[in-house]
Amino acid sequence: MGKQPAAVIGVGQTHHRAKREDVSMAGLCREAMDRALEDAGMTLDEIDAIVVGKAPDLFEGVMMPELFLAEALGAAGKPLLRVHTAGSVGGSTAIVASSLVQAGVHRKVLTVAYEKQSESNAMWALSVPIPFNMPVHAGAGGYFAPHVRSYIRRSGAPNHVGAIVAAKDRQNALKNPYAHLKNPDTTVESVLASQMLWDPIRYDETCPSSDGACALVLASEDVAAASPNPEPMWLESLGFAAEGDGWKLTESGATAMDGKLPVNCSGGVLSSNPIGASGMLRFGEAALQVRGAAGEHQVDGARRALGHAYGGGSQFFAMWVVGSEKPTN
Amino acid sequence: MRDIAVVGFAQRQMAEFDGSPTCVELLVPLFAECYEQTGWTRRDVGFWCSGSSDYLAGRSFSFVQAVDAIGVIPPVNESHVEMDLAWAMYEAWIKIQTGEVDTALVYAFGKSSAGVLRRTLALQLEPYTMTPIWPDTVSLAGLQARAGIDAGLWDEQAMAEVANRSLTDAERNDYAVRKGGSSVAELLARPMYADPLRKHDCAPVTDGAAALVLAAGDRAREVTERPAWIRSLAHYVDPMSMGTRDLTRSPSARRAGEASDLGGVEVAELHAPFSHQELILRSELGLGDDVRINPSGGALTSNPMFSAGGIRIGEAARRIWSGEASTALGHATSGPALQQNLVCVMASEGQDA
Repeated sequence: MGKQPAAVIGVGQTHHRAKREDVSMAGLCREAMDRALEDAGMTLDEIDAIVVGKAPDLFEGVMMPELFLAEALGAAGKPLLRVHTAGSVGGSTAIVASSLVQAGVHRKVLTVAYEKQSESNAMWALSVPIPFNMPVHAGAGGYFAPHVRSYIRRSGAPNHVGAIVAAKDRQNALKNPYAHLKNPDTTVESVLASQMLWDPIRYDETCPSSDGACALVLASEDVAAASPNPEPMWLESLGFAAEGDGWKLTESGATAMDGKLPVNCSGGVLSSNPIGASGMLRFGEAALQVRGAAGEHQVDGARRALGHAYGGGSQFFAMWVVGSEKPTN
Repeated sequence: MRDIAVVGFAQRQMAEFDGSPTCVELLVPLFAECYEQTGWTRRDVGFWCSGSSDYLAGRSFSFVQAVDAIGVIPPVNESHVEMDLAWAMYEAWIKIQTGEVDTALVYAFGKSSAGVLRRTLALQLEPYTMTPIWPDTVSLAGLQARAGIDAGLWDEQAMAEVANRSLTDAERNDYAVRKGGSSVAELLARPMYADPLRKHDCAPVTDGAAALVLAAGDRAREVTERPAWIRSLAHYVDPMSMGTRDLTRSPSARRAGEASDLGGVEVAELHAPFSHQELILRSELGLGDDVRINPSGGALTSNPMFSAGGIRIGEAARRIWSGEASTALGHATSGPALQQNLVCVMASEGQDA
């Protein structure tokens, strides 16, 4: 039978906040799921299988929460999978969900990724002492500062490039109604003046801790053709790499909204980071762009977009490329 | 669908693993066994998928260190599920079905002895109304066993028969943690543990790890003359709520059985961590008296968390490789009281053949 095409026919996300005390874990997921289903013009009953993704269970304090959430997520009586690949999980989960369609096993798959960081304390959950390992107790920032430092040394990137990224993403976030951070006054100068946390990473160059979820409806070719949305996106498999010169693109303004290769028009992880959902948000935002459905942060005429997620000690990577046209291969 | 077979299987089961909860030291020799069985190196593996639990390991991202056992420079195509090995295998089977890869090695691990397992698993329950009263796994299984006895569906005698057969069969399993059959009368004379469960009605706390190797078509035939071809693979989940579920049933197990081709099954390895759960599963899957159940001794004799379900599939596959059976079933469960279930039917003949 070979690999079947898979299309994103529904995208939904929550409003991301530091504390979504108005909803439970189930409510948070359903907020994103219901939007994705509405976008797809579909009900939960029509879905064949559910794929759940989230980062460590210690972030909410429930072991394998998809089990107690099964009924709320509409998974009762259906196949349910739970993916966990560290910070890249939102992306990996979307890939597993699309594989279910590409394998020809299911025709309509709903995938949801979430993190409700306010249920516990991510800094604590990341700092459990491990035998024979030097305790860092510095959360993710302490882990990544050496990576950033190493990149700066090897590429010769000037110190203000990180601030350009932060200022661009915070400005982009103002156009995204779901974004967590809304800081209209952020500029390159204000980022450079913010508190140094993990040298060379400053406070304004870090992501917030967010509660949030993202959901996608993935469908086979026949289902997508009948979808109410006129331009379903088609997943392609592509590689993407740019080494050493990435900062020059940023500095030249090429990654800004009006640049040649706009990056993180939604405001990105720097503006909302519900960890387990962050990867799927990237994938979902890429899909919104090629469907022309990104609202105020839409890039005119976007036809092909990349969603990218990473996790662990910068060691787990997940990507997908979506296009407005069906892939030919 | 592509014809995909189980062509490799390695396991370790022990009462107490004297090593790290990431089990890297345990995984390295397991992978070596898989390479030996297949004649492959790690570069022959198209996709890797693992299953484990951060709560069991007592730390976040416990699976991250496990990839050290693979050796991931250059990078490998991999994924991880917070589920049993059987579901990691399902993800790999899907990956091979897409045509992106032809081979996969899946593995899982868990050091149950690192904490008090029955309390750790209480954290798996609904966090608002259930976990605060810490209903432990054994007690919940006791309620389930009692419900069946009260409904007249089974009795303590039937449960003891399951335990005695399992302990007797485990005598021939080098990896079994608990073994040695006696008689139903002798087992029934033993003291209660969580009424109506006696200790032998409950799986022993077990540390361990396991790995399965999958290959499609000719890649499978290159490895062995008699691959265990996967004829059906299906899984479903039920709502967790213990108060509204009929605990004497497992609708998700029944559904997985109905979605599978169970014709001609001679051997079934059922993942039943409590003796009465085997009785529920046999009924839901409609397995007759002519089906040989758990020749390995099953989960009642060793139940390493997050690999025991996949080990059932490996044990069933072994029976096909050896020629003992031409059709065999492996089953895995997850969640309290048989909430989530997977059924894998394998046969000596592929569908293309």
